[in-house]
Amino acid sequence: MAEPSTPVAHNPLHTALLLALILLVVAAIAGFFPPALQRTVTQAMIMLVVVTGLYTFCGNSGVFSFGHIAFMAIGGYTSAILTILPGKKEVALDLPVWLEQIQLPVSVAGPVAVLFAGLVALLVGLVFMRLRGIALPMATFAMLVIVYVVALNWQAVTGGRQALVGLPRTTGLWTGFGFAALGLFVAALYDRTRHGLALRCSRESEVAAAATGIDLERERLIAFVVSAMIVAAGGVLFAHFLGTMTANTFYLDLTFVTLTMLVVGGMRSLTGACAGVALVSVVSEVFRSIERGFSLGGTTIAAPPGLQEIVLALILLVILLLRPHGLAGDWELTLPGRSQR
Amino acid sequence: MIVVQNLIDAISLGSVYALAALGIGLIFSIMRLINFAHGELIMVGGFVIYALAGNPMLVMALSAIIVVTILALGMERLAFRPLRKASPPTLLIASFAVSYFVQHVILMIFGSRPMGVDFLSVLGESFEFAGLRVPRLQCIAIVVTLALMVGLVVFFRASRIGVQMRAAAEDFTMARLLGVKADRVIAVAFALSGILASFVSLYLVAQTGTVSYKMGVNMVLIAFVASVIGGMGSLTGAALGGFIVGIVSVSLQAYLPEELRPYRDAFVFLLFIAFLLWRPQGLLVRRASERV
Repeated sequence: MAEPSTPVAHNPLHTALLLALILLVVAAIAGFFPPALQRTVTQAMIMLVVVTGLYTFCGNSGVFSFGHIAFMAIGGYTSAILTILPGKKEVALDLPVWLEQIQLPVSVAGPVAVLFAGLVALLVGLVFMRLRGIALPMATFAMLVIVYVVALNWQAVTGGRQALVGLPRTTGLWTGFGFAALGLFVAALYDRTRHGLALRCSRESEVAAAATGIDLERERLIAFVVSAMIVAAGGVLFAHFLGTMTANTFYLDLTFVTLTMLVVGGMRSLTGACAGVALVSVVSEVFRSIERGFSLGGTTIAAPPGLQEIVLALILLVILLLRPHGLAGDWELTLPGRSQR
Repeated sequence: MIVVQNLIDAISLGSVYALAALGIGLIFSIMRLINFAHGELIMVGGFVIYALAGNPMLVMALSAIIVVTILALGMERLAFRPLRKASPPTLLIASFAVSYFVQHVILMIFGSRPMGVDFLSVLGESFEFAGLRVPRLQCIAIVVTLALMVGLVVFFRASRIGVQMRAAAEDFTMARLLGVKADRVIAVAFALSGILASFVSLYLVAQTGTVSYKMGVNMVLIAFVASVIGGMGSLTGAALGGFIVGIVSVSLQAYLPEELRPYRDAFVFLLFIAFLLWRPQGLLVRRASERV
């Protein structure tokens, strides 16, 4: 059961600022890393964007969403279609002529994709937010499956079972950092609004929130759209990080990994979201390198594939057992001396 | 005639879905856990059959049932028992973790590629009956499901532990106050869900002839939908939901325009969302009035 949380009078923007500074240091250090490790850090930054988006809805509302990865897919595919060379689209896809001819720079296509995902979230949310209890997470699950099935079969638009290739690979370490920081500030700004406060109030008690005149459906809808747009931005970044799009990338495995990050770190806190991404990324990287193999006294020892996922699942289980509110709980990083309880 | 043919397909598919949904509904009714890892019970059953390929069929089937039941009990003991007081969403996330864990242990041992198994392939043959082609496997699926359901009903009505389980499903706290042993009731529920899951694995392996570490996922998603449609917490509901999803899937497959057929599952889940809006508590559960 949810612990009664003390209203902490901290400023979410301070938290976001501090977290962004830490990210800046991480990015600056990562600049000296070999390329492979740099890519890992970049990917962690992108995941942070996604998890920050998840936090904005799940953390503030207390409702799990299993469907947000679908917004990543929508953002990624939209940006892909707008940025791939017309010649390549002609061969791989079967688009209307105007869509086929269009080729935008990522800096334009990205925001368009994010807005489009936001529009989809608004339409979906208008329907979904009427649901209560376990029905809402189930519906988000259904959305994930629907988007996956459509992406897997809509040959004309997504390339279907074949990977969509040829996306400009524009997401580097510093782009990743920039959007991770931006995501944190957007989430913090939302937290500061009365909508964020109202939604957190409803998380503690739906009845009490309704009694103080909070329109639960509306507040959830606002958070849903904001979070979907942040997640979609993560999807755009990820698409232009990988350079390819496949439907399988955006399904249950990614849903599991991002939810693990959120829950392990603590979904009630922005600091927790960052901690979760950091911990899971580090653990994944360590075990991935063990799977790749390391030499010990002349012989190469390699763990069989799957070890990384097994360890992640165990970490999630242990956290759920020992610290159900995640590593951070309700704790937020704040400027020293400024937090008043 | 084609209608009757489709109906047979629908009922046989529905009966397998019903078995899977019963496994999920059974656990939910007693401990409010939506067990995503149920799909992994089904999957492991498949791999037991794969590992024992070549042995007499009865040995393969019985080993699958035993191993899966033990695995179900193990999941309960190691993962879900310590979390018994957690909220339903937390339990769902935990079952995700268990599922991911089991999947990747199997991946580690057997690799990620789907593998062929020859198990009961004779049942793939059909026999003609009044102008209909009925695959034997479908008939057996229907008969076995009905037998298992009758068995469950007898168990819940006649056995002491069965009655205790029904009491626990009704009101867990009250049942405990009256002397029902929580640990035992939950363990039996998991064992039963394991047995049900292993029969689904037998069917899946016989029907597809392959096993892969992801083979349980689709089935568990469908079983979710089925148990929610019937009403979470109602076993009759879960079975009914299974048949409904079977009928809807087969109808969509048969009557959707050719170019939309690949999207069948998307339509199933779209209908599911519509259903949630219409009757979120499911068909056979009365809406509990909200208490303040």
